[in-house]
Amino acid sequence: MSEPTSDVGQSPDPTGHFGRFGGRLAPEALMSALDELTAAYLAAKADPGFRSELADLLSGYAGRPTLVTEVPRFAALAGGCRVFLKREDLAHTGSHKINNVLGQALLTKRMGKTRIIAETGAGQHGVATATAAALLGLDCTVYMGAEDTRRQALNVARMQMLGAEVVPVKTGSMTLKDAINETFRDWVSTVEYTHYCIGSVMGPHPFPMMVRDFQRVIGLEAREQMLKLAGRLPDAVIACVGGGSNAMGIFHAFIPDESVALIGCEAGGDGIETGRHAATVVGGSVGIIHGMRTILLQDAEGQTLQTHSISAGLDYPGVGPEHAWLHETGRAQYRAVTDVQAMEAFSALCRTEGIIPAIESAHALAGALQLGPQLGTEAILLVNLSGRGDKDVDIAGRWFGHLGDSADSEPGGLAGP
Amino acid sequence: MSTVGTAFEKAAAENRAVLIGYLPAGFPSVDGAITAALVMAEAGADIIEIGLPYSDPLMDGPVIQEAVHRALIGGTRVADVLRTVEAVAGAGVAALIMTYWNPVDRYGVDAFARDLAAAGGSGLITPDLTPEEAGPWLAAASEYKLDPVFLVAPSSSDERIALITSVSGGFVYAASLMGTTGIRDLVGAEAAVLVSRVRQHTSLPVAVGLGVKDGQQAAQVASFADGVIVGTAFVQRLLAADDYEAGLQGIRDLTAELAAGVRSGRQAD
Ligand SMILES: Cc1ncc(COP(=O)(O)O)c(C=O)c1O
Repeated sequence: MSEPTSDVGQSPDPTGHFGRFGGRLAPEALMSALDELTAAYLAAKADPGFRSELADLLSGYAGRPTLVTEVPRFAALAGGCRVFLKREDLAHTGSHKINNVLGQALLTKRMGKTRIIAETGAGQHGVATATAAALLGLDCTVYMGAEDTRRQALNVARMQMLGAEVVPVKTGSMTLKDAINETFRDWVSTVEYTHYCIGSVMGPHPFPMMVRDFQRVIGLEAREQMLKLAGRLPDAVIACVGGGSNAMGIFHAFIPDESVALIGCEAGGDGIETGRHAATVVGGSVGIIHGMRTILLQDAEGQTLQTHSISAGLDYPGVGPEHAWLHETGRAQYRAVTDVQAMEAFSALCRTEGIIPAIESAHALAGALQLGPQLGTEAILLVNLSGRGDKDVDIAGRWFGHLGDSADSEPGGLAGP
Repeated sequence: MSTVGTAFEKAAAENRAVLIGYLPAGFPSVDGAITAALVMAEAGADIIEIGLPYSDPLMDGPVIQEAVHRALIGGTRVADVLRTVEAVAGAGVAALIMTYWNPVDRYGVDAFARDLAAAGGSGLITPDLTPEEAGPWLAAASEYKLDPVFLVAPSSSDERIALITSVSGGFVYAASLMGTTGIRDLVGAEAAVLVSRVRQHTSLPVAVGLGVKDGQQAAQVASFADGVIVGTAFVQRLLAADDYEAGLQGIRDLTAELAAGVRSGRQAD
């Protein structure tokens, strides 16, 4: 894949700052590991051997390049513009998460470490990490909020089948942010032989840069595919944003293309006005979480707020620092998509195109349904379909009333009796 | 009024280490924590660290997490933390706030430093702030004459130790091991090595924290460090006690035991 000539790829600065965001606000005990990781990553990136090993895994194992599919019947619901999907749902393990994990797992071996640990929310990143660990012969421990192990029991079983140890985290709000805290706690004690395979473009430097670099293959592929399939660049690239890795992955190659709008769709939950949401950029303020300066959902005293979303993968109170920067510079726009809007879009794609999306990705599809009519019939939209919906059949089945009795069919509710 | 510096000077003159005790503000209640801190002061702690409860304490083990979680559920605010500091300082014992950085950032670094100084506080211990990101805090610390206490870890390179000690004030906090807060059976030889590495870069006192649970360990650490920091073991006394009064007695007993420990360490040589 050819590298773009623009120098946006040069961001962040050497200390990991994207404008005023990013950096390293992390314990001193991790600083040498972060320095070591930065050096190892930069050396690997410059090493043709590493690059070709990763490229071989991506093509021969993960199934890259993923397709771009035009979805005309879905597009008819979006005001009649043209809509294309970047099919990360077709990648091995069912989402874009595998791109990042293969890169970090290879790097783990290169650093001579024998164990990888990860946090997971929906379980997709945990499954991808357990997969790469099995493939490369690494020990693997995945931390998952106790609340999420309950919501995503199938993914817990998948990780265990792959040989990973899954640790339910029972502290704090028992969701993704607490799983991240617990993974950091593990890492502080085991850093000598353990790599923290972080799941999104977040955390202290070099993670936001490195994860973005491993995910940018999405946009590099899609840009070429769009030129071939549509004969021109899209007017907008739309992606869901939890931590922001699939969005950074598809946005990055398009940043120099000023005619291309970059649209991030955050989890609006019950609606921003209710306070029950996870729309960080839309509803948050500048502060620090998980080792980075970014935008987060916090109260007046800097305590992290509880979030809510039907989508476990978007249920996170922070966002990667590069998104905070793209927002502040105006290069990307962020909007909130409610649970209801996302599930409408989820259903629409199932029924018009025969593709069951991940609920996370359905937030991006909802963005397309909103944006299409505004941009007109000549418009071309590229949506990142970050994952497939197999993991969500239980939640969606309950939402739409296909599963469970009606008394128990509260959206996002538990499995029935 | 006692400051961190004079506490170390006094201890050095007595050929012993200082005892630094930690308690989070707001646990079991704001006033309950104040009373506990005053008991600690009375029973022989030389310096007291007041923890500012935070929702994401990623350097803390289960015991302190639990206490801090309860403090937050109880509605503890920054103003309560400052009130706790004021009470400790008022009792003539140097008081520092130990805080993750976001609450200070949110409050405004300068305003926080101003209000801490007004409450009689001596400085801040910042477990997730390193010198690279500490510019505004170092400026405020120097303006309000507060001690910026940073941590060094066994994994810190000599270059990093040089950087950290060059901006530190009051003392240097040496983490005895790689890990989170919590008691350990052994406070290893790693700590002694780290302390001597730190001494090559600074004449500031060096205090050792993480893991210390009893008088014997305190004595052992006091044989090579200028200060012994104890947190989890105190919090555990409050958490495990049948009632609050028993918890306070536990704090009093442990403080006395540790205070004896920091006094016996040097004679042991
Ligand atoms: C399919 C899918 N999309 C998106 C996300 C959100 O993560 P990110 O914003 O880093 O892409 C997840 C996370 O679990 C996911 O599983």
